[in-house]
Amino acid sequence: MPCFSLTSLLLVAEEAAAAAETAESTGLLNMDRLPLLGVAVFFVLAVVFWISVARSGGQIKVREIAGLKAIEEAVGRATEMGRSVLFVPGIQDVSEIQTIAGITVLSKVAKTAAEYDAKVEVPVARTLVMVTARETVQEAFLAAGRPDAYNEDLIYYVTDEQFGYVAYLSGMMVREEPAACIYMGCFYAESLILAETGNSIGAIQVAGTAMPAQLPFFVAACDYTLIGEEFYAASAYLSESPAELGSLKGQDLAKVLAFGLIGLGALLATATQFVPSLQGAFDFFTGTLLG
Amino acid sequence: MMKRTIPMLLAMAAGIVMILAYFFPPLTPLQDKTTVWFNILAAVAFILGGGNLLKVHLKKVSDRREGWAYSMITLAAFVGVLAIGLFKIGVNPLDEFPAQRMAGDFRAEGSGFWYVYEYVFAPLTATIFSMLAFYVASAAFRAFRAKNLEAILLLGTAFVILLGRTAAGVFLTDFLPEEGILANFRLENLTVWIMNNPVTAGNRAIMIGIALGTASVSLKILLGVDRSYLGGGD
Amino acid sequence: MYEFLRDLDRRVIFSLMALAVAVPILLQITPPEKATPIVRDAFETIEALEEGDRVYMAFDFDPASAGELQPMATAFVRHACEKKLKIYFTALWPVGPQFIKNAERDVISRDFPEMVYGENYVDLGFKTGNEGVIKLVANDLRTQYPQDARGTPIDDIPMMAGVASIRDFDVIMNVSAGYPGTKEWVQYAVASAPNDIKLVAGCTGVQAPLLYPYYPQQMSGLLAAIKGAAEYESLVLGKYGRENEPGMYQEGLRRMAPQLSGHILMVGLIFVGNLVYFMARKRGEA
Repeated sequence: MPCFSLTSLLLVAEEAAAAAETAESTGLLNMDRLPLLGVAVFFVLAVVFWISVARSGGQIKVREIAGLKAIEEAVGRATEMGRSVLFVPGIQDVSEIQTIAGITVLSKVAKTAAEYDAKVEVPVARTLVMVTARETVQEAFLAAGRPDAYNEDLIYYVTDEQFGYVAYLSGMMVREEPAACIYMGCFYAESLILAETGNSIGAIQVAGTAMPAQLPFFVAACDYTLIGEEFYAASAYLSESPAELGSLKGQDLAKVLAFGLIGLGALLATATQFVPSLQGAFDFFTGTLLG
Repeated sequence: MMKRTIPMLLAMAAGIVMILAYFFPPLTPLQDKTTVWFNILAAVAFILGGGNLLKVHLKKVSDRREGWAYSMITLAAFVGVLAIGLFKIGVNPLDEFPAQRMAGDFRAEGSGFWYVYEYVFAPLTATIFSMLAFYVASAAFRAFRAKNLEAILLLGTAFVILLGRTAAGVFLTDFLPEEGILANFRLENLTVWIMNNPVTAGNRAIMIGIALGTASVSLKILLGVDRSYLGGGD
Repeated sequence: MYEFLRDLDRRVIFSLMALAVAVPILLQITPPEKATPIVRDAFETIEALEEGDRVYMAFDFDPASAGELQPMATAFVRHACEKKLKIYFTALWPVGPQFIKNAERDVISRDFPEMVYGENYVDLGFKTGNEGVIKLVANDLRTQYPQDARGTPIDDIPMMAGVASIRDFDVIMNVSAGYPGTKEWVQYAVASAPNDIKLVAGCTGVQAPLLYPYYPQQMSGLLAAIKGAAEYESLVLGKYGRENEPGMYQEGLRRMAPQLSGHILMVGLIFVGNLVYFMARKRGEA
C-alpha cells in the first residue's frame, strides 16, 4: 500500500511538472473555447441552483412518462403469467451515460419484481455492467424486503460481440418467452431484431434509448418508448429525489438558452441577406461565440 | 467508505480533469493519462468477462438445466478459439524465422484463427445482421398504418425516400427537367432535400436534447447527486 | 382475401423479401448511378490531393456491416492508390485489422504492386480504447503507436518520418459502422483542430441522418449506405476505370438492384398493410 501511494504520488508529480511546462508554452486557457466555457459555467450554475431550490423545499413538477408507468404493468403481467421479465441494459459499457441511466431504471424494475415475486433476467454485453447491475439489483431486493429472493446468476455476461449478444437474446426470448421485455440503454443495429423478436412472442415491450438512429425502430415495434431526454429524465422521475428533479429544471434552462441562440443565429443569418453590414456580427456569432 | 466514497471521489476527480482539460491546455497530459488508465481497466475487464462466461455455462451444464447443450457449444467455441489464438495453431512461420512457428502472425491468412474468422465468425455475424432486412419488411407491414395526419406524412416521406434511394426514383420522375424549379421535385433530389432539411433539423433537435440530458446526468454523477453507477442506494 | 391478408404469416413476408433480394443478384442486374453532391464532395476532396499526400484511413467496422461498408472501403483504398497517396491504415474495432489485410491483399498487392510497404502504405493496426485513441492521436500519434501491426518500431518506418499527430495528415478517410466511428472522429479529432483536419467518411444507412448535420462544416463529404458506395464507385470508375474492371470495384453498384427490388417490395407491403387497416376499420374491427 505505501509503495502504491508513493508510486501514485510520483506519477502525479511527473504529470504536474509536464503540465507546468505546457502552461509556459501554450498559455493557461484556450481562448478559442472561452465562449463554450461560459455556456458550460451557465449550465452548471443553472443545474446547481435548481438542485438547491429543490432541496430547500421548492416544488418541481415533472410530467408523466407513460413508458415508466407501464413498467409496473409489465412486471405485474409477467407475475400473472408465471413468466420472467427480460431486462436489456444496452450493449455499451458502464462508461456510457445511457448504460448508467438504464441501470437506474433496472433498480426500479428489480424493486417492483421483488415486490411482485417475479423473476428478472439481465443478460449483459459488458463485464463491468454485470458487476454494477448485480449490486443494483441486490440493493433493490434489499430495499423491497426480499434479500433472500435475489439470485446473482440471473445477471450474467454473454459476449461483447454485438450480434453474438443479440443472437443469444433472440434465441433466449423464443425459448423462454418472457412476458415483458425492457430495453433501456445504448443500442445499435440490433434494436429492431430485439423488438421484432419480442413482438413475435407477444411480450409487452418498453424501450428507452438516446440513440436517435434506433428510436424509430423502437417506436414502430415496442408498446412504449422513452425518447432521448425522457430516458435520461427516468432516473429523476423514478427516484423522486428533489436533487434529481432540480437538475431536470436546470437542464430546461439550458435548453432555453439553446433556443435563444438558435433563434438569434437564424435571425442574424436571414438579416445578413438583406443588410450586408450585419455580416461582421454574424461572423462573430458563428466563428467566435459558437466556436 | 471503500465501496462508495472512494470510487465516487475517483469518478469526480477523473471527470473534472477530463472537462477542465478541454479548456485548460496544461491539463491535457493528465487527460491523456486518464484515458490510458481507462483503456487498461477496460482490457482487464475482458478477463473478468471470460471467467464469468465459463462459470455461468459450466454451472448450466453441471446442473443439466434446459438448454445446457447450447452452453456446451459455447464453452467449446470459447476454449477452442482461445487455444487456436493463444497457441497460434496453424500459424505459418515468418520468412525471417522459418524455424519459429510462434513468431508468425496469428491473424495472417492461412492460420487457424484466420479460418475461424473468415469461415465461421464473419458469415455468422453477417447472417444475424442481414436478418434486419426481413424484420424491417415485417415491421413495415405491421406498424406503418395511416391512423392520423402525422402517420400519413410519415408514410408519404417513407415512400419518397424508399423510392428516391434507388433507380426507381430516377425512372418515375424522369419526365421532369434536370434543371430549374421543377427539378426539385425529381424523387432523387426530393430525397436529398428531405435528408438535408427536415430530417437533419429533427435530428439536430433530438441531438441537442440528448446532449443536454447527457450533460445533466454527467453533472449529477460528478457532483455525487446520482450514485446509481455505484450499485443502488444512497 | 381480407382474412388472408389480415392473418398473413410473417414467413410469407420473409420469403417475398428473400426472393426480392435473390433474383436481381442471380440475374446480375446493375442499374446506372448518378452521384449526389455530398458524395461528389467526398470524391473531389480526395481528387484535390497531390501525389505523396498523407491519408489516415480508419476502418471501424466488422463483418456484420461489411456488406454495406466493404465496397466503400475498397473504393477509398483504390482511389487513394490511383492518386499515389501515402496510406496509413488503422482500426478502432478489434476485427478492423482483417479488413486492412483484405485491402492490402485484394487491392494494393494485386492492382498496385509498385506500392511498397513502409514507403507508400503502412498498417498501424488496432488499438483498444475507443474515442480515447482518437483523443490521443489528435495530440500525439507516436506514443499511441510505438510500432506498426507487424511489430516494426515506428521510427524505422520511412513514411512515419515527420508524423507527430493527426494534424500532419491531409485527410482522414473513415469507414464506420457505429461506435467508435465517424461521430467520434468529428467530435474528438476534427473539433480539436477544425482548420487543420479534413474528414471524409462512409457510414451505414442508419447512422447517416446523425452525420448529415456535420456536412459540410466538420465533414468534407459522406458516403451514406450502399447507395453512397455505389455513387462513389461510379465516380472512381468514371475517372480511373479500365477494361475488364474487377468485380470487387463494382460491388456497390451490383447491390443497388436488390436494394431497388427490396424497397419496391416494402412500398408494396406498406400499401397492402394500410389496405388491410382500412378494410378492418370499415368492418368495425380496428
